[in-house]
Amino acid sequence: MKTLVQNIVELSQRVGRDVKLMEVCGTHTMAAFRSGLRQLLPDAVRLVSGPGCPVCVTDPSYLDAAIELCGRPDVIIATFGDLVRVPGTDTSLERERAAGANVRIVYSPSDALALARECPSKKVVFLGVGFETTAPTIAWTIWRAARDGVQNFSVLCAHKTMPRAMDTLLHDKELRIDGFLCPGHVSVITGAHIYRFICERYRIPCVVSGFEAWDILKSVEMLLRQLAEGRAEVENEYSRSVNEYGNGPAQRLMDEVFEPCDTMWRGIGIIPGSGLAIREKYARFDAAKTLGVEFPEAHINPLCACGSVLRGAASPLDCRLFGRPCSPAHPIGPCMVSGEGVCAAYYKYEGVAA
Amino acid sequence: MRRDRILLAHGGGGSLTRELIEKLFLPSLENPLLKTLDDSAVLVMGGKRHAFTTDSYVVKPLIFPGGDIGKLAVCGTVNDLAVMGARPLWLSLSFILEEGLLLADLQEIVESIGATAREARVQIVTGDTKVVEHGKCEGLYINTAGLGDVVAPNWLGSANVKPGDVVVINGPIGEHGVAVMSQREGIAFQTNVVSDCAPLWPLVKAILDTGAEIHTMRDPTRGGVAAAVCDIARASNVGIRLREDALPIGREVRGACDLLGLDPLTIANEGKILVFCRATDTANVLAAMREHPLGKHSCVIGEVSEKPPGVALLRTTIGGERIIDMPTGEDLPRIC
Repeated sequence: MKTLVQNIVELSQRVGRDVKLMEVCGTHTMAAFRSGLRQLLPDAVRLVSGPGCPVCVTDPSYLDAAIELCGRPDVIIATFGDLVRVPGTDTSLERERAAGANVRIVYSPSDALALARECPSKKVVFLGVGFETTAPTIAWTIWRAARDGVQNFSVLCAHKTMPRAMDTLLHDKELRIDGFLCPGHVSVITGAHIYRFICERYRIPCVVSGFEAWDILKSVEMLLRQLAEGRAEVENEYSRSVNEYGNGPAQRLMDEVFEPCDTMWRGIGIIPGSGLAIREKYARFDAAKTLGVEFPEAHINPLCACGSVLRGAASPLDCRLFGRPCSPAHPIGPCMVSGEGVCAAYYKYEGVAA
Repeated sequence: MRRDRILLAHGGGGSLTRELIEKLFLPSLENPLLKTLDDSAVLVMGGKRHAFTTDSYVVKPLIFPGGDIGKLAVCGTVNDLAVMGARPLWLSLSFILEEGLLLADLQEIVESIGATAREARVQIVTGDTKVVEHGKCEGLYINTAGLGDVVAPNWLGSANVKPGDVVVINGPIGEHGVAVMSQREGIAFQTNVVSDCAPLWPLVKAILDTGAEIHTMRDPTRGGVAAAVCDIARASNVGIRLREDALPIGREVRGACDLLGLDPLTIANEGKILVFCRATDTANVLAAMREHPLGKHSCVIGEVSEKPPGVALLRTTIGGERIIDMPTGEDLPRIC
């Protein structure tokens, strides 16, 4: 570990300027904070967090739509736990559940499908939020529901894919990113090759990183070495799990059920082709279509800086709401709620008064 | 406030629980005894010190690896007495039963209560039974209150920790929470982890018998070690530093926490005790604890300093340092 940190210091001196390295994975964000590794990096190396927390990048109008759905008497909302506390315009799923709405936390989409079988008189709507990591399991669940002819299961789909978002960030002149730590979990599915365009088009180095503190430091070292040597390549630090072309069956399943669509990212805006929509063939499992869900424009606290934080353009400490009144107990923006949110990480591990 | 409702997280033992106590309960109920917010109230009657406490049990499922709601209802309450340095003597036992509960299931739980009470050497001396309509509670809820004699020479409340103290724990953390979660509908996973649920008075007695200068003891239940050290750091206005590489965490507990995205420091224990003692007494305390079956794996996990006041920190394995934050009250309630 010591040599690794020493190498990083030396390489940073060789690079000879301040560098900004971005990770785009909520698990990396949390690992970096939980292990305290940010303090080990030299001042010239800044590790910033990008839009890697799926809950955080979800547009608030999606939450309002889910909240509206949970108020319908014939609907059960099934969701991963990290979404229930995120506030929409007026309320959250957690608060609506406390007031009697039917919101169930599940740990996999197939639990939601099982719930639909158990409750034939209700419509079970699974909240499909996540990146390439979770999308295949949801594709598989939809495929299975179709095979078994389950009538009362559907997905409110807001899936996103990472490469286009990274592309968009590179167009942001404010940001000036010098290197990407690419998300390990996403890459298990997609393979490392999806980041090649970043190196080829923008001459920016990429390293696919694992999730231990050691992995992240190693990846930082690899990025700095590329910068020092003037290279821009996709390197794979997480080769114990990630290969060049990813998980073929998972990709085919995603392709069977989903098609690319334009989607709204909180803090970034609409990114063409960066979302996954349910194909026409499986339209009867698309809650937005079958249940007539509308996505009215949400009204969020204008002072909430989650948008800029998600782009890596602001630190949570720049936000006027940070700490008071926005805290994990009383979150205003999603970055303070999610276990993978940058604001929550700052609040929990760096201290409010820091 | 008017439109706010009780959320599950208000029962999680973290910052929302504390807020409820400070903003809603204390303003109407405050008195010097309650205000300490310790695990038990210490009452002086007839020149003798007694500890008095109460706790309700709503764990789901009713039976889990290593215990059941009945065993928990005895252990939880006697442990709240023990950590105040009190020998547990008497318990009350109240049931809220659901219409339709099988008598055989109730009997099994009552037998478990009896066996645990005998092990803990306490008597159940009064009780109550209520039944609610089917669907109004899942099986049964239990409330127990406990009374004990304080034998510790000094007050062991959470505001009594001093700079220079060391922090000792009697074994691996997170076992109760993981054992219960592993049985929970929806996340059921295969694990050999069993709850550490156990009455701690005999271990506490062994610690007190050493004559060591003990400042505070605490059983890190809901909210885990994180909630306990945050509370104590704040109450004593000291800095508490835990060392990540010294924390005893079983391989399976660590694996389950990684899988579920949880921090083992925030997972509930029901048979663990944190002991804050004078540094010079460490060897003495450790030796006594390790002789006891519930303390075989006792070890030092941290130190107390003046700074930063009111804050708990973790020295991480790779040499960084981070704040240990009061858990909000995770969405995994009903572990006790």
